[in-house]
Amino acid sequence: MGSGAAAGVANPRLRDRIWPVVVILLVLLVIWFVAAVGLNMPFQRDTYERGNKENVPFSQMVTDTLNQKRPVLPAPHQVITEIYETTVLKKVTSKRSLIFHSGITLSTTLLGFIMGTILGIVLAIGIVHNRALDKSLMPWIIASQTIPILAIAPMVIVVLNSVGIQGLLPKAFISTYLSFFPVAVGMVKGLRSPDTGHTDLMRTYNASPAQTLWKLRLPSAMPYLFTSMKVAIAISMVGAIVAELPTGAVAGLGARLLAGSYYGQTVQIWSALIMASLLAASLVGLVSLANHFVLKRMGMLA
Amino acid sequence: MSGALDYTKSGAPQAAVQHLTALQKILLVIAALAGLIFLFLPVSSDTPTITVGVELTLFGGIALLLITAWYGWSAWLDRFSLSSAVLTATVSFFGASTLLNVVDNIQPAGGFWAGTIAAWALGWFAVERLAAVETRHTLLKWFLRVLIPLAFGVWLLILWELLTKGFNVPQVLLPSPSAIGQRFVSSTATLWVDFKQTFLKAVLIGYAMGCVSGFVVAILIDRSDFLKRGLLPIGNLVSALPVVGVAPIMVMWFGFDWPSKAAVVVIMTFFPMLVNTVAGLSASDQIQGDLMKTYAASYQQSLFKLRLPQALPFIFNALKINSTLAMIGAIVAEFFGTPIVGMGFRISTEVGRMNVDMVWAEIAVAAVAGSVFYGLISLIERVLTFWHPSFRN
Repeated sequence: MGSGAAAGVANPRLRDRIWPVVVILLVLLVIWFVAAVGLNMPFQRDTYERGNKENVPFSQMVTDTLNQKRPVLPAPHQVITEIYETTVLKKVTSKRSLIFHSGITLSTTLLGFIMGTILGIVLAIGIVHNRALDKSLMPWIIASQTIPILAIAPMVIVVLNSVGIQGLLPKAFISTYLSFFPVAVGMVKGLRSPDTGHTDLMRTYNASPAQTLWKLRLPSAMPYLFTSMKVAIAISMVGAIVAELPTGAVAGLGARLLAGSYYGQTVQIWSALIMASLLAASLVGLVSLANHFVLKRMGMLA
Repeated sequence: MSGALDYTKSGAPQAAVQHLTALQKILLVIAALAGLIFLFLPVSSDTPTITVGVELTLFGGIALLLITAWYGWSAWLDRFSLSSAVLTATVSFFGASTLLNVVDNIQPAGGFWAGTIAAWALGWFAVERLAAVETRHTLLKWFLRVLIPLAFGVWLLILWELLTKGFNVPQVLLPSPSAIGQRFVSSTATLWVDFKQTFLKAVLIGYAMGCVSGFVVAILIDRSDFLKRGLLPIGNLVSALPVVGVAPIMVMWFGFDWPSKAAVVVIMTFFPMLVNTVAGLSASDQIQGDLMKTYAASYQQSLFKLRLPQALPFIFNALKINSTLAMIGAIVAEFFGTPIVGMGFRISTEVGRMNVDMVWAEIAVAAVAGSVFYGLISLIERVLTFWHPSFRN
């Protein structure tokens, strides 16, 4: 690739977009290492004192702080080792496999996301076509999100369990509640995005509301739909993780977080957190890809 | 009413006229049919003779009369959207209150539910008519904007109450609104202590710290293009991550009391603020920047006089997003360890003790606090960004 500057001149995309991100990420990584040493130092000093070790060389001390079993802040390499051990080295069906737990969280997320998206689209279509719904429902949709649903997630799970609804569905409902909102709001905007010239044209064709919806409103709402779906899938994942907390830490990334916090397994918490972040980032990436593909096929990509 | 006004039907522009839509006609028919059934089916299954009282029958009779009369004269209805809405709403709420009065004492049967449907359809019809009202009167417009969603919310509560009581839904599953209300009144002391711990300490302090630090960092990196290019994609990515997962880590670092919850809130609110402020600072047009340059404005002058005001809508967007995020962060963080006070703590313990009405009371507090918080921010936004197209209409 050559030196950074030379490559930067040759490729403006690299210079303007990727290079700054890489630099900042490296800086963050260094900060992480330094913070890990700093935060773990007191415990290490304590250990040395108890072991009656004196005059430990500084380099030895740093290595030790970065390799504690239950560090206050695990170093990046510890987290990576833990992720490697729990994904590649464990069988997928094992309860210790992070892939097993990610799979459960992923299925909850997707189920909730699909239900939320459908609900959001249906609500948006209703709101766009009916004035009373627009005026009476829209304020409540916004108010619905000021209720911290994640706070009542435990109750929803327990109550639904007692009615006999078990497994993925109760958790997915939490995700649905969170993810329908961005879709509904975005789709209302999108369905109203065709300009008056276009809607007037449909009127001159004597198009029915259904025809206008299928041939004009829905196609022009597509960019809005994908933008809101990106938000929706990310928040759906948050819902899935929190919904796993009250099930008694049985399975899922949220359960890993809770179990880790019960037993002080910081490395486990961090690896679950990193895994969740990777999962969320790739889900959002997938939606972006779908966005690109669909808009290209529709000829809407600028 | 008179033939002279018939030109309004041919589509001449007159704001007050709103024809009945198909949906509204269907609602009226439903109301009429359900009202009819209500008159003939028994209201209660455990008492053979109607002991419910004359008022219930009276309500049905009045409703039926009004509906049929109005439906026949829909042409008249067309012209008086507001009055028809007020009349139907009155009948609907009168009917609902009678049903609410008797639901405690009887075992509801077919007639009762028919009455419920009739009152509900009338209520929806009233909302439909209210939504159709077009007026230039500012006060009336404001009134309607509050009244319509309010009517919808009240009807939701009425249906909730009637259904939970009518079908004897166990308290553990879903308590009725009245039971929640009683619980709320009887345990205001506990609720206040929890509110103080979670909202006044964790949420507000964390929210202020997170928003301010996000804003300050955005201003600091504003001058460096390199930092902006580097931090913006990372900030965007972090906004999509399940940040609330740091809660157990923060609880370990900062202990069980509110500082750990505030820390979670800080982390959750920092990035939306950063990303939005950075985006907002670059929202002003090239030509406006050029104008500032021709005035020989310094960096600070153009920041305070042009770019920050232009960024306000973005900043308020972040403030609004953060208001909900802060509530979520603080309450969820309490699931990972807390002193024996706080809304999240109360919710998780009362669920375990099957005191679901107490949980709902906490939810009501959270919902009201969240809505008021959000509403206050919207109000300030309205005052500060009165120039923005979305408020000028």
